[in-house]
Amino acid sequence: MDTKSLVGTYNKKGQKIVEPEYMLFEAPRTQEFMTGSEVVKEGIRRASVDVSIAYPITPQSEAAALVGELYVEGYVGEYFRGENEFAVMSECAGASFGGARVFTTTSGPGTLRAYENFPMWAGSRLPILINVMVRGVNSPLSIQPDTLEMGMILETGMLIWHAETAQEFLDFLLAGFIVAEEPDVHIPIAVCIDGFFVSHTKDMVMLPPADITLTPYDPYRSPVPCMDMEVPPIRMMRDPFVMKSNYISYATHASWQQEVRAACERSRKHTIRLIGGLIEEERTDADILIVSSGTAVAQGREAVRLLADEGIRVGIVKIKTIRPFPHEELRQATKNAKLIFVPEFNVAGWMAREIKAILPDNERVIAGPHVCGGMTMPPEVIVKEIKKVLAGRKEAVHG
Amino acid sequence: MDKIKINDEFFDIMPPEYQELVEEATYGKEDRGWKDVGVAKELIEEHSLCAGCPESIAFRYVLACLPNPQDTVMVGSTGCTSLVFPHVAIHNIHSLFGNQNAVASGLKRTLALRFPDKVKDVVVLAGDGATVDIGLDMTLQSWFRQEKFTTICFDNELYANTGGQESGLMQKGFVGKMAPAGKKFDKVPLPEIARDSGCHYVAMMTVSKPNRVEKAIRNAILVAREIGPTYIQLYTPCILEIGKQMMEGLQEMRDSEGPGKRFEFKEYISDEAKVFLDEVDAERKAKKKALRAARA
Repeated sequence: MDTKSLVGTYNKKGQKIVEPEYMLFEAPRTQEFMTGSEVVKEGIRRASVDVSIAYPITPQSEAAALVGELYVEGYVGEYFRGENEFAVMSECAGASFGGARVFTTTSGPGTLRAYENFPMWAGSRLPILINVMVRGVNSPLSIQPDTLEMGMILETGMLIWHAETAQEFLDFLLAGFIVAEEPDVHIPIAVCIDGFFVSHTKDMVMLPPADITLTPYDPYRSPVPCMDMEVPPIRMMRDPFVMKSNYISYATHASWQQEVRAACERSRKHTIRLIGGLIEEERTDADILIVSSGTAVAQGREAVRLLADEGIRVGIVKIKTIRPFPHEELRQATKNAKLIFVPEFNVAGWMAREIKAILPDNERVIAGPHVCGGMTMPPEVIVKEIKKVLAGRKEAVHG
Repeated sequence: MDKIKINDEFFDIMPPEYQELVEEATYGKEDRGWKDVGVAKELIEEHSLCAGCPESIAFRYVLACLPNPQDTVMVGSTGCTSLVFPHVAIHNIHSLFGNQNAVASGLKRTLALRFPDKVKDVVVLAGDGATVDIGLDMTLQSWFRQEKFTTICFDNELYANTGGQESGLMQKGFVGKMAPAGKKFDKVPLPEIARDSGCHYVAMMTVSKPNRVEKAIRNAILVAREIGPTYIQLYTPCILEIGKQMMEGLQEMRDSEGPGKRFEFKEYISDEAKVFLDEVDAERKAKKKALRAARA
């Protein structure tokens, strides 16, 4: 089935099937005031999702439940509550292996319980979209926002996008399916948001009409066979690779791992087409830059305003895609910077490590400030960090 | 059946094995069964299991007895079965260890959604470690949810693939790796748990009697297709780990299936499934009778 041929036709809910470009850029939009959880419902309503499987964990429970309402309304083909996150991600895998467009959500400890599935999804080329509403994973127990879990899924082979606002979240959800499902990509995608700050906060969102929907998933555009016995079965190999501790086994697994990562890199052109660049820049001619992702960027903007009042000029680089990581874009955007601050909602500072790893003269990169375990990122903390480092520099010069 | 065709012009240059597969396959044959083992190309010709492994013959029986192989997808788990699946001409999914019933749940629902007018069977095949230990939660919950697929457990009473560690289906007292002083608790009564958890057809047996295995597999798959979850537990001893020779597997099964033995034949059928299976039997008998009458 060529899904392009369905453009202009109507699904059983009476929604008109439209090109992703129309959905994202051309369709008239109306302003709504809604939470991130409600954004999930409205995004999935317009995304031709076949299967969604849910499990409760704060802060994503509400979003997962709202998708259930869509199922009852007939916008989602199949929906049920799985037994735990490991099982849910396995159920999602089964659904995706069978040729469905699959959506699920998780958070914090749930992400880690599900973890074994993520590299399996990627290695099996399953373009599942998982929304990760990040929260703390530490003990003592916390339900507050924390991006540590994102650092833990960096090397699973999935695409990872990080939305800053409810609006961006909506657009990332819609574009995410399309990018992940492109035949030259065809790997899972994690669309992340900061739990509570985006999921539970009301924000203005420009919504496309509810009577249009994305082109459905075509399982036969997959680079690997769909497991539905609709194509003649073959015996895949003479000997299972798992049996072999030899060069053939090594070559197979190594090349496949590289292929999955290459698929991630190949997503760039589709990502640029549908969500703009992999980064966004503001005043990157400044000597001082704040570079981060998610709501840390929003707080960074406030810090920029406070610092401007004191005559300190600071620019911003917002990273939208963590995987693929925007290496070249960041090198270009930061080439004139003397100091690069990376505020993060986690104790590990994984984003700063990522940035340090790819920039020349990386002593310019200041890993911090960090807030972890659920505290918001007060702009004053960013201001204080920048002023502290600047004062240190002055002392070093004049002292 | 027009599942597998070769372009006429290319037929003679295709490998003979493929020609044979296309011409002789049992796909679409209503009375396919264990007697096709050894002659039908689409069943396992070679396997990478140990010589004399009872699992290899169990695997062949399962494949030969699928009522709808051309539209059957199998879900496996890590273990010796995952070493055989690559030789099988049926779509199969091996994702992780223990999550087979979860994967099958998503798969079956998707196939029902995508092909509402077509029969698509899903069959899970996994060992006792995957079914009863690490995957027990997902095994049970798929039954609670009344997922419409068959679960087959190759019970060899230990974790065979990793070298003979204790499993929930191991007999009490058996000294195994990780059970150095003998296993402390009884073999988990999974057939009874399956019955009480909502399975509509449950059978436990060895694979020493192919006719019985064939009937159970067909019953289980047909009931799963029409009514709800079904479960079959087959004793497939790991001769390597229990210290038997390659020719001793069959006798080991026979020694374990007598009255009062661990693998005494058990079969539980729900009332709903019984009515359905009686109808299927009556239909089959009528067909046979009609065929005989036509021949006469």
